[in-house]
Amino acid sequence: MVLASTANTHCNLNVMLLADTEICRLPIALKNQPIAQGDSMNVDFSKDELAFQEEVRAFFDNKFPDDLKKKTESGIELTRDDFIRWQKIMNQQGWAAINWPVEFGGTGWTPIQKYIYANEIARANAPDMVPFGVKMVAPVIYTYGTAEQCERFLPEILESNVWWCQGYSEPGSGSDLASLKTKADRDGDHYIVNGTKTWTTLAQMADWIFCLVRTSSDVARRQEGISFLLIDMNTPGVTVTPIITIEGGHEVNEVHFENVKVPADNLIGEEGKGWTYGKVLLQHERTNIANVARSKVRLGELRDKTSQEINGGTPLIDDRNFARKLAKVEIELKALEYTELRTLAAVAVGKAPGPESSILKIRGTEVQQGIDELFVEAAGYYALPYVPQQYDLEFPDDERIGHGAETRSSLVYFNNRKASIYGGSNEIQKNIISKHVLGL
Amino acid sequence: MDFTITEEQSMLADSVAKFIENDYDFESRQKAAESELGYNQDLWQTYADLGWTAVPFDEDDGGLGGGPIELMLMMEQFGRGLLVEPFLANIVLAGGVLRRLATEEQKAEWLAGIISGETHAALAFAEPQARFDISNVATSAKVEGDGYVLNGSKSLVLNGGSAKLLIVPARTGGAQSDEDGITLFVVNTDTAGVDVKSYKTVDAQQAAEISFNNVTVSGTDILGTVGDGYSTLQAVIDEATLAVCAEAVGIMRTMHDKTVEYAKSRVQFGVPIGSFQALQHRLVETLMECEQSQSVLLWSAMVNDADGGDARKSIHALKHQIGTAGISVAKEAVQIHGGMGMTWDLDIAHYFKRLAAIDLLFGNADYHLDKFVDLSR
Repeated sequence: MVLASTANTHCNLNVMLLADTEICRLPIALKNQPIAQGDSMNVDFSKDELAFQEEVRAFFDNKFPDDLKKKTESGIELTRDDFIRWQKIMNQQGWAAINWPVEFGGTGWTPIQKYIYANEIARANAPDMVPFGVKMVAPVIYTYGTAEQCERFLPEILESNVWWCQGYSEPGSGSDLASLKTKADRDGDHYIVNGTKTWTTLAQMADWIFCLVRTSSDVARRQEGISFLLIDMNTPGVTVTPIITIEGGHEVNEVHFENVKVPADNLIGEEGKGWTYGKVLLQHERTNIANVARSKVRLGELRDKTSQEINGGTPLIDDRNFARKLAKVEIELKALEYTELRTLAAVAVGKAPGPESSILKIRGTEVQQGIDELFVEAAGYYALPYVPQQYDLEFPDDERIGHGAETRSSLVYFNNRKASIYGGSNEIQKNIISKHVLGL
Repeated sequence: MDFTITEEQSMLADSVAKFIENDYDFESRQKAAESELGYNQDLWQTYADLGWTAVPFDEDDGGLGGGPIELMLMMEQFGRGLLVEPFLANIVLAGGVLRRLATEEQKAEWLAGIISGETHAALAFAEPQARFDISNVATSAKVEGDGYVLNGSKSLVLNGGSAKLLIVPARTGGAQSDEDGITLFVVNTDTAGVDVKSYKTVDAQQAAEISFNNVTVSGTDILGTVGDGYSTLQAVIDEATLAVCAEAVGIMRTMHDKTVEYAKSRVQFGVPIGSFQALQHRLVETLMECEQSQSVLLWSAMVNDADGGDARKSIHALKHQIGTAGISVAKEAVQIHGGMGMTWDLDIAHYFKRLAAIDLLFGNADYHLDKFVDLSR
């Protein structure tokens, strides 16, 4: 199983092909030398990879609880307890934090194994781990924190005993994150924090929040003087107020800090270096954002659904315009899948996920939103009923309006307009690519 | 799953890349394109000497046994250099049919000369009424004695002006658009009744309108079996589609790179125009189009190499992607170069024309989107 070998008999496709050999007569035959299995381009999984796929598939088939499966398949939101229960099951299997270093509980999987895993968890309709702990704050802690901080925070994250949320954006600091004003003033062995964070996803469920805070205003560049601070949400002076979004849901919040006393031990890394740490975190966030595997599953569902006849009507897939739109999204998604695989291949030969991850974020969210639109189109009139209380397993079936997934399609569509805004808006991603990839 | 290329593949790609980089400048390309022949025969001979013309053929036939991956690697580099020598017509199209169908005697007679660079050949895959449908063949082949008599016309025969050897799909049975009843004939262009009107195309290729007026061919000049030519024709056109898409990816990347460099150096209002966000975001779009196109190309080359279930579908996806993305990258490159992009003297204009031509070749973006839709059902 080789994704990209560093051996000098191979060259990586991403490192494009201008090596310093002289023009020469080609070897007698390109394939006249025996080539070991796995040593040339191969689109199929190897035997080991197939075995791994079977193992992962069997796990999700057997261990993803039926009641949660029923919820995810009916488009019903999982509760806090549901998420915690699921992560504990995953943690028992050793898969709660697949990307972490092995010493802290990660898997040590190859990029192809991670690709297989992502496809299987999507196929099972099982949710990913809530990202704020496992995928966001933990990499910052194990990369920049002290051994003591690792010991204190990482096991609790792995076992899902602590629910985290992210304190980055502020009412006056969205795309221009470095303008943030939440202050943390040092007072002996504590910081005193004052300010407001916003768009804080699931803060209403969170035990802790990781924040970018300003520890110094006396700096040459605004990016300096920002620190990475962990704050217990139960500390006096922390209040959470809900923000209701376009589709009527409560996902995001404002979090207010009024003279909140935070132990200086909760600072990660050096004071004033938080911007650097935060950027690393955002790059991790962006590769996760592409969500290729989930989009593949959703496209398959859409194709199945629109191929069915309803009451003797013509299946929507027979409409050439719709079929073309669907085909275009499928092609874009296939392209994205291979762009992601190429990026993983580059990472496997030692390149860090860099600004290219911005491409995955932009195209990934465009594909997701394209699929959202097609689901709305497929629902027709049944995209219109707004009956949020029916998205509950307890809701009586005979009182349900339309089919749950249909009537939910427009709510998903409206809600997911966020995808091209969060994690650094797609316009900010383009600025990043322009500066760091194109050098403009 | 494995994304590495072999040492041999890497050497091939390096060999072509080095040549394009050091020995194939735009000025000599233009000189060759504007010559009567339309390409440089000495260079064509050089490619044969370097072994490039042998790449896709079996070792037993004097080839190097390359497949879709090798074709992709070479064509990308040909795209970067905007190569005008008729590799596609000779090696991929005509050679593709011979490789699949010719008997040992036929190979000895025709294939060796193509690989050595001495014989030029062409595949007459299009007819005036057929648009992109290769099964729409009105050219007829009627039995007469031991042989056949051909009547009909072929359009846009690539390399038709230079070709000594023509491969001509003609109808020996069935209705005009039937896949059954198409037979592939080898016709020497010297034969009485073959009329060749050669011309240049907008993208500096050379092609011909060829008509057949009671042309007599022998029964031994049939490739494969009578009436069964379609599936091979289809396979060869698929491979040629992959080839021009790889060429297009090389062109797109070159146009994108050159446009980024231009945006850095062109100063207006006292600053490089690349400092304007209105241009920056569009250049990011063209970069993403290049990356996404490279990805679909890689997928298609890999599944075709494995002869996987999605092989045909991937070709349609690829041609759709290249058609739409290629044109959009090309238009942006000309637009951002401003008036300079409009000039004959600048290579950008010629890259644009080749991408526009590639979108049309073997069916445009919309045509392949519909084929993709049909195969998805």
